[in-house]
Amino acid sequence: MKILVPCKRVPNPDLKLKVANGAVELAGTTWQVNPFDEYAVEAALRLTEKGKGGERVGEVVAVSIGPKDTSAQLKQLLAMGANRAILIAGDDSALDADRVARILRAVVDAEKPDLVVMGKQAVDGDDNQVGQILAASLGWPQATFLASILLAADGKSATVTRELDTGVEERRMRLPAIMTVDLRIIGKKAVRNEALAPATAEWEDTQRLASLKGIMAAKKKELREITVESLGVSGGILVKTVSHEAPPARKAGVKVASVEELVAKLHNEAKVI
Amino acid sequence: MPGTATLILLETTTSNLRSASLPTISAARKLAQANGGAVVGVVIGSGIGAAAQDAARYVDKVLCCDNPALSAALAETWAPVLVAAVKKIDAAALVASATSTGKDVLPRAAGLLGAGMASDIVAVTGTKTFRRPTYAGNALTDVEVLTPVVVATVRQTEFPPAAPAASAGTVEALEPGPIDALGSELVALHTSKSARPDLAEAKVVVSGGRGLKDATNFKVLEELTDLLGGALGASRAACDAGMVPNDLQVGQTGRVVAPDLYFAVGISGAIQHLAGMKSSKVIVAINKDPEAPIFQVADYGLQATWESTVPPLIAQIKALKAAG
Ligand SMILES: Cc1cc2nc3c(=O)[nH]c(=O)nc-3n(C[C@H](O)[C@H](O)[C@H](O)COP(=O)(O)OP(=O)(O)OC[C@H]3O[C@@H](n4cnc5c(N)ncnc54)[C@H](O)[C@@H]3O)c2cc1C
Repeated sequence: MKILVPCKRVPNPDLKLKVANGAVELAGTTWQVNPFDEYAVEAALRLTEKGKGGERVGEVVAVSIGPKDTSAQLKQLLAMGANRAILIAGDDSALDADRVARILRAVVDAEKPDLVVMGKQAVDGDDNQVGQILAASLGWPQATFLASILLAADGKSATVTRELDTGVEERRMRLPAIMTVDLRIIGKKAVRNEALAPATAEWEDTQRLASLKGIMAAKKKELREITVESLGVSGGILVKTVSHEAPPARKAGVKVASVEELVAKLHNEAKVI
Repeated sequence: MPGTATLILLETTTSNLRSASLPTISAARKLAQANGGAVVGVVIGSGIGAAAQDAARYVDKVLCCDNPALSAALAETWAPVLVAAVKKIDAAALVASATSTGKDVLPRAAGLLGAGMASDIVAVTGTKTFRRPTYAGNALTDVEVLTPVVVATVRQTEFPPAAPAASAGTVEALEPGPIDALGSELVALHTSKSARPDLAEAKVVVSGGRGLKDATNFKVLEELTDLLGGALGASRAACDAGMVPNDLQVGQTGRVVAPDLYFAVGISGAIQHLAGMKSSKVIVAINKDPEAPIFQVADYGLQATWESTVPPLIAQIKALKAAG
C-alpha cells in the first residue's frame, strides 16, 4: 500500500491575524502543518501499521507545495513516520485550489499511489476544494469529510464514514481513491487496514508526536525538492485573491452579575426572549 | 462566451425543496441580476417529480434529473449531471449551498468544468467577484473568478431565505448521460432525528462545551433549548468527547450558525469555535473562568458555573413566559 498525503503549511491559527492595507500580514508568524493534513498523515500511517507501535508495511509519501522553508514542516512529518517527502517550490500568491490540484495530479501520475489521503480543508484559505478537484481530474472516486476508514483486506476497496451536516454516512468505495479527512479521523479506532491490524487494534486518541527516535530517523529520509515545471504543469490560477479586510469587530458586551440580570437584559434590552 | 443564466443545485427530499437551499436562491437571484439572466434550478435524485414542482415555485426553470441511479448524493454521479446542466443552458454561474452536499459535489463539478470556484461566499459583489471568510473568519477576502463559468458555494446564514417567485417556473427533464459511480456506493445514512430546527436556520442556538463534563449534563441544555424552540450545538471538545453527536459541532470546520440568540455554555471561545457563531445577533456566555476568550465576543457574560446558573435560568424564563 502506497499512500500519498498532500500537506500544506499554514500560519499558526492561534496567533492574532494581522490584516492591513488590503493584505494579510504574515511576516511575523510561525508556520505549522495544517492540522487536517497532520491528521491525514496520522491516518495514512495507521493504514500501514499492524496496530499501534506495530510493524509497518507500505509507504507514506508526504508532498507539499510551498516555499523552501516548508522543508521544516515536511521534516516533522518524516519524524512522525512518513517514509519520504516531496517539496514542490511554490508560493501561495501564485496558487489556487485548481492549480494545486493540477500539480498534485502530476505527482499522482508520477508516484502512482494506491490511495491519496488529505485534509478536508486548509485552515487559512478554508476552501475545501483541492481533494474534490483532484478526484475529478483523475476520474477517481472521492470520499470527503471522513470520520473513519476501514481498508479491506484485499487492499482494493474501503468502507468509510463521512461527517455530514445532519448525521453520518457510510460508503463503500474502490481504490485508488481520494479521501479527505475530518476531525474525528484521529479517534482511537477510526482507521484500520484489515490486512494488517486486528479489529481490536487501538491507537492514541490524537495524532502522534515526532519521537526523538523519529527525529533521528528522519535525518536519513529522502526529502526531494522539485519544481512545478519539472512536473510539466503549466497554466495559471482560476481564482484571484483581490484583497483582504478585517471583519467588523463586535461591539464590547457587558458582564452581568446574576441570572436575574441576564434574563432582564435579554427580555427588556435585547428583546430576544 | 457563456450565456447569462445562473444555475443553482437545489437540494430536495423526494417531495420538497429543502429549506437549506432558500438562502442560496437569494444569492443566485443577486448573481442573475448582475448577469442579466435567468435563475435555473437543477434537482437530482430518484422519484423527485414532486420536489421539482415545489422547487419551480422559486426559479424561472427547473431541470429535473430523475433517475434511480442518482438517488444517493454521490459526487461521482452528481457532478457530471451538473456539468450537463451547465452546458445545456449555457450557464454563466453554478451555485449551491455550502452544505455537506454542496461542499462535496461543487468542487468536483468545478474540476470537471475547469472553472474557478469561490467557497462559502457571504456576498455577491459582481458577476465574477465574491466576498468570503478566510483564516477562520479573521479575514474577509474578495476574490475574482477568472474563468468564463463561475462556481460558488453559498454560506446559508448570510443570505435571507428566498420567497417564492411571482409566477412558478417550468420543469424540464434533464438527461443525465452515462452514470458511473466509479465503484462508490452508499451503504447507510444515519441521520440524526430531531424535532428541533436545523442549526443553520434556528433562531436560538444553545451550545455546550467541555465544561459540561459529560453527556448526561447536556440534558439541562436540551431543556433550555426546547424552552426557547432552538437548536442544540456544541464545541469540538464536547463532540470529540462523545457528549453529543459530531453534527452538532459549531465552528470553522463544523456548522456555521447566526441565530438571534446564541448561548455558549462551558465553552472557552477558541477562534475555531468563534468562526462558526460570531455572526449571531446576541451572544450569551456562561463560563466560570473570567479570562475565557468567549467573553470578548459575548454581549452578555455571566461568570459562573452552568450548574449554578442554567437551572435558575430555565425557571426564570418559564416564569417570564407564564407571565407574558
Ligand atoms: C483543525 C481544527 C479545527 C477545529 N474546529 C473547531 C470547530 O469547528 N468548532 C469548535 O468548537 N472547535 C474547533 N476546534 C477546537 C478548538 O480549537 C477548541 O479546542 C475547542 O473549541 C474547545 O472546546 P471547549 O471550549 O468546549 O473546551 P475548552 O477550551 O476546554 O473550554 C472549556 C470551558 O469550560 C469552562 N468551564 C469548565 N467547567 C465549567 C463549569 N462548571 N461551568 C461553566 N464553565 C465551565 C472553562 O472555564 C473553559 O473555558 C478545532 C481545532 C482544530 C485544531
